[in-house]
Amino acid sequence: MASLISCPHCGARPKEEFTIKGAVLPRPDAGAGSEAWMDYVYRRDNPRGAYREYWHHTSGCRRWLVVTRDTASHEVAACQDAALAKRAEAQP
Amino acid sequence: MRYSALSILMNGLVGNRAWRPAWRDPQPKLHYDVVIVGGGGHGLATAYYLAKEFDITNVAVLEKGYVGSGNVGRNTTIIRSNYLLPGNNPFYEFSMKLWEGLERDFNFNAMVSQRGVVNLYHSDAQRDAYTRRGNAMRLHGVDAELLDRAAVRKMLPFLDFDNARFPIQGGLIQRRGGTVRHDAVAWGYARGADSRGVDIIQNCEVTGIRRENGRVTGVETSRGFIGCGKLALAAAGNSSRVAAMADLRLPIESHVLQAFVSEGLKPFIDCVVTFGAGHFYVSQSDKGGLVFGGDIDGYNSYAQRGNLATVEHVAEAGKSMIPALSRVRVLRAWGGIMDMSMDGSPIIDRTHIDNLYLNAGWCYGGFKATPASGYCFAHLIAREAPQETARAFRLDRFERGHLIDEKGMGAQPNLH
Repeated sequence: MASLISCPHCGARPKEEFTIKGAVLPRPDAGAGSEAWMDYVYRRDNPRGAYREYWHHTSGCRRWLVVTRDTASHEVAACQDAALAKRAEAQP
Repeated sequence: MRYSALSILMNGLVGNRAWRPAWRDPQPKLHYDVVIVGGGGHGLATAYYLAKEFDITNVAVLEKGYVGSGNVGRNTTIIRSNYLLPGNNPFYEFSMKLWEGLERDFNFNAMVSQRGVVNLYHSDAQRDAYTRRGNAMRLHGVDAELLDRAAVRKMLPFLDFDNARFPIQGGLIQRRGGTVRHDAVAWGYARGADSRGVDIIQNCEVTGIRRENGRVTGVETSRGFIGCGKLALAAAGNSSRVAAMADLRLPIESHVLQAFVSEGLKPFIDCVVTFGAGHFYVSQSDKGGLVFGGDIDGYNSYAQRGNLATVEHVAEAGKSMIPALSRVRVLRAWGGIMDMSMDGSPIIDRTHIDNLYLNAGWCYGGFKATPASGYCFAHLIAREAPQETARAFRLDRFERGHLIDEKGMGAQPNLH
């Protein structure tokens, strides 16, 4: 994996500053059925290739980020602020 | 050919020219009763026990690389059955009993060495937790012994007993635990299965699973279509990718775990020791190299290599436990891909497709489980019912809430 991650707020930072949470998954509504929650909590696509995951810039800006990474080559393709990315997706 | 002291002598007399390859290199047939995907330890053990214990010999093992190229050749060779939970403990003890008779059983020297596994504890709370685990083991008929500080010091005088942050108070030892020559396990099972008629087909990657009327009819492979009566998946590391070919979405993430070997040293660690204040485990191979490892890197990966930050972390944990390691040079480091399940425990179960069976989710504890995993999976395939000790490893336990979470970490695979 690249040693430096381009945080949208802090610039290029050593990847040891970040904590990796895991897959970016849409959270079901609280009232969604148990099957929807089962999918969200336990089941994973686990692809070999492009993968979007939540990273926390623990030793930097402490913002949640969405990092797009390749699970076979470890190459990092993109790094966005999670909240801003979500807002951008929500806009028509 | 049966291996024995006599066979070595006789072959020596004819210049060792009469040895035969340990297994054949057959062309795949058009159809098998059982096709096993994955020629690693678990797949080969499954084939071996199918043939030996359940009289099913029309079996093929499909391996995308060569036998032993995956995790069975990439682990730190430790065997133990020091588990706490009732879903796990009887299974790993069954595995330990199979290890104890394995070499005679498959007539191959796997260098099974019951040199003892010591888990160090560093606080009163940890001593209590280890006492509880030791008691759980003994209730299941597994050997466990709590050692105080003096007893550990006598065994392992070079540990950092008075470390300011992690003073060593004692340890929990399972004397029947130890190490096994990992490659020989794959070779022994491969040879034992082959000699009973199983076809081991290497360089044969499964690319699709063909289904008709809700049943699997065979697999598409890089060497053509191979039909089967039953299909068994034992492709840990890549379980999600193979299962996806049958529209099965697993509670598994693939993570990379690194392991290390140092330069050869004179003998000084005669057991397996694990650090209780971090994640570090070490033993010394018969060649003298220290074989050690620690945590997984913590991110999804299909690359059989990890990152330097984890290497540093493992080295730091090792040095905290054994200060003398500070000047030891590491010869080799490598990575393997772990099926990290959502509760840290494996899956041996049937699936939504009648004749499709799943063996997956071994996290980084798969090696010690190899014999029992193979036996129980073969039992499931042959008898259509779980073997007694593997009943808890169901795929639907996540939906039913019957998790087997040894570490109590929840559905966060990189923490197990």
